[in-house]
Amino acid sequence: MVVKQEEKSVFDREELMTGTDAVAEAVKLVDVDVFAAYPIRPYTGVMDRLARFIANGDLDAEYIVADGEHSQFEIGKHASSVGARAFVGSSGVGWLYAMESIGVTATDRLPLVALVGNRALDDPGAFGVEHNDALLVRDLGWLLCWASTAQEALDTTLIAYRVAEDPKVRMPAAVAMDGGYLTHSQHMVRVPTKEAVRDFLPTYDLGNRRMHPDNPVSIAPQVNEDWVMELRKQNYEAAKRSRKVITSAYEEYNSIFHSEYENPFIEETNVEDADTVLVGMGSAAVVARSVANEMRKEGKKVGFLKIRWYRPYPTEEIRKALSNVSNVGIIERNFAMGAPDDGAITMHDLQSALYDSKNHPRVVDFIAGLGGREISKKEVRKMFEMTADKKSPKISWIGLRE
Amino acid sequence: MVEEVEEFKNANLYKGVHAVDLEELYTSGHRTCQGCESALVMRDFVKASGPRTVVTGATGCMYVANTSYMTTPWIVPWMHTQLAAGGASAVGMAAGLKALMRKGRIPKEKINVINFSGDLGAGDEGLGGLSGAMQSPYDLLVIVYDNESAANTDIQASGLTTWGAQTTFSPTGPAKRILHERWKKNLAAMMAIGHPNVKYVATSCATFPPTDYMNKVKKALSIGGPTLIHTIDPCPKGWDYHPRYSHVLGELAIKTGIFADYEIVNGEVRYTYDLRNKKRVPVREYLEKQGRFSHFLDEDYEYVQSKVDEMWDEWELPGILPIKAGLKVKK
Repeated sequence: MVVKQEEKSVFDREELMTGTDAVAEAVKLVDVDVFAAYPIRPYTGVMDRLARFIANGDLDAEYIVADGEHSQFEIGKHASSVGARAFVGSSGVGWLYAMESIGVTATDRLPLVALVGNRALDDPGAFGVEHNDALLVRDLGWLLCWASTAQEALDTTLIAYRVAEDPKVRMPAAVAMDGGYLTHSQHMVRVPTKEAVRDFLPTYDLGNRRMHPDNPVSIAPQVNEDWVMELRKQNYEAAKRSRKVITSAYEEYNSIFHSEYENPFIEETNVEDADTVLVGMGSAAVVARSVANEMRKEGKKVGFLKIRWYRPYPTEEIRKALSNVSNVGIIERNFAMGAPDDGAITMHDLQSALYDSKNHPRVVDFIAGLGGREISKKEVRKMFEMTADKKSPKISWIGLRE
Repeated sequence: MVEEVEEFKNANLYKGVHAVDLEELYTSGHRTCQGCESALVMRDFVKASGPRTVVTGATGCMYVANTSYMTTPWIVPWMHTQLAAGGASAVGMAAGLKALMRKGRIPKEKINVINFSGDLGAGDEGLGGLSGAMQSPYDLLVIVYDNESAANTDIQASGLTTWGAQTTFSPTGPAKRILHERWKKNLAAMMAIGHPNVKYVATSCATFPPTDYMNKVKKALSIGGPTLIHTIDPCPKGWDYHPRYSHVLGELAIKTGIFADYEIVNGEVRYTYDLRNKKRVPVREYLEKQGRFSHFLDEDYEYVQSKVDEMWDEWELPGILPIKAGLKVKK
């Protein structure tokens, strides 16, 4: 993402910050009302920074250190239910500990925003990135996206609030980022002014669903077998509507902040005329883009496609970008034991998005970088070569010790 | 009997049953059983707290039987929360309302934030969250309505079920006459002693002594900070007795001393029904009226009686603090 020459007024400053710092800046900029914390690496940096904002008087919010992730997310959910803008986050097994609450926040249609600092699930203990934690909520009614740089993390958090709180959507949103590679690496970030953010993000208004004595509603009563289908359908329609809301949110974001998010959902590098394309999410995009550019210079028709929004899934965008490509390989920082073809999670969504297209690319899957193992340029190059090679296996583990 | 105590002079306590508000804020629409004392706990707390109240109800019989889609009995705003989320739900609402009032987004006023959770939710799965809420700085009240079982799930034992009771998880059989061998958790005292910042913790029975429970709700809401009330709710379905005896059993739970009725106000213990150094009604009179103890032999009644006697005669704070002679602080 390139930032054009900006009008001075919309940016406050430029600062070197980590991915989690950038999210904390965004949370401050949206003037969050309530945030709840519980420690687990690597997402915690965001709460460390937010706590400092509170200590220094830079943020006016209720700050609660919860007794566990389940309570942490419930606090966020119920703060949201009275009309307060709330923020939470977690990583790995902490995210799983909150899972019950994560499920009901979606079915209660409350626009809580959460950071997932992706972390390998226990056991064995590891701090490094795997995407299984965040991907577990992909079908529950959460908006789910990945940031690759600290700037994108800040931008995406602002956009996440805007989309989540839109009355046409009202779904919780998870902003995911790779543990270590983005949570703890520093990038230069342009920090918008509070005024500009206010222009972009209206005040959170839950309308006639807010919990207040002046609005005596009963929320989530027991429906038994009578009404679940109708309520699920509303949720389903909201998820469908969110695609348009995301598109218009990015258009406005680009216009206010002069950023160049061409397509909100995916980011293409040399995909248009490529024969062979690698697909990935998160920080792997940074190295993969660089290799794709290098190989282009060598005359190889390769490209890279980054998926930014995983829910809602960019079905049309993926179809348009990949239907006429010959070979597609996927860099998967996740595992799926015993899944179809023994492939990892995102392969199945991608293949089903392409199934109804006239021309199918050949799709292969690379399980790589699990538990935070580095994905090197050499390995990306190898994945491009294997993808182009019609004889390579459907599923390969990359960077595995022999 | 209402004592005029300094800290509650603004609590508008009910001076007798005729002074109780007539307006119902928990009304028709619920599907609770005949003789359900927990439903009374609901009706009475919201009567005492008044219309400027927001409520969350944790999963439990008072969710499932109480609040059905499109027939809600709640006149005040009500929201479901998860079984283990009672404490956290109150913290979230209280924090949100506080922030919105401070930022001028809603008018500044006192809004009562109340969660009710059952014995299974508050006493077992939600115990950590309850503790978190009791550590919080917010004005909130958690009401633990205790009918001593997962009453909507088929009457399964919880950590607050009376020792020896038959439940679907603890049937009696030829190999094991007593399957539920856990002694009831000392929940209210645990919360009071473990959270010294909490200004008000009480136990109560919705019907005995009259108005006591509603006044305890008023006290909890007026004193500020996180507060807790633990009620004992006889349950005809789960305890196996005719619904007409609910009030009798509630009264007996207090009079036998198996459920100590007290309040701890700013660290000071006040017995609502003081059974120290008094002749207590034998606990057998309470137990034998309930089908769930129909398998009890004399030795079981004697065992429960011995534990109740120990609570009142040997504990450092009778009925509350289970530390016995040897550690006893000399006056």
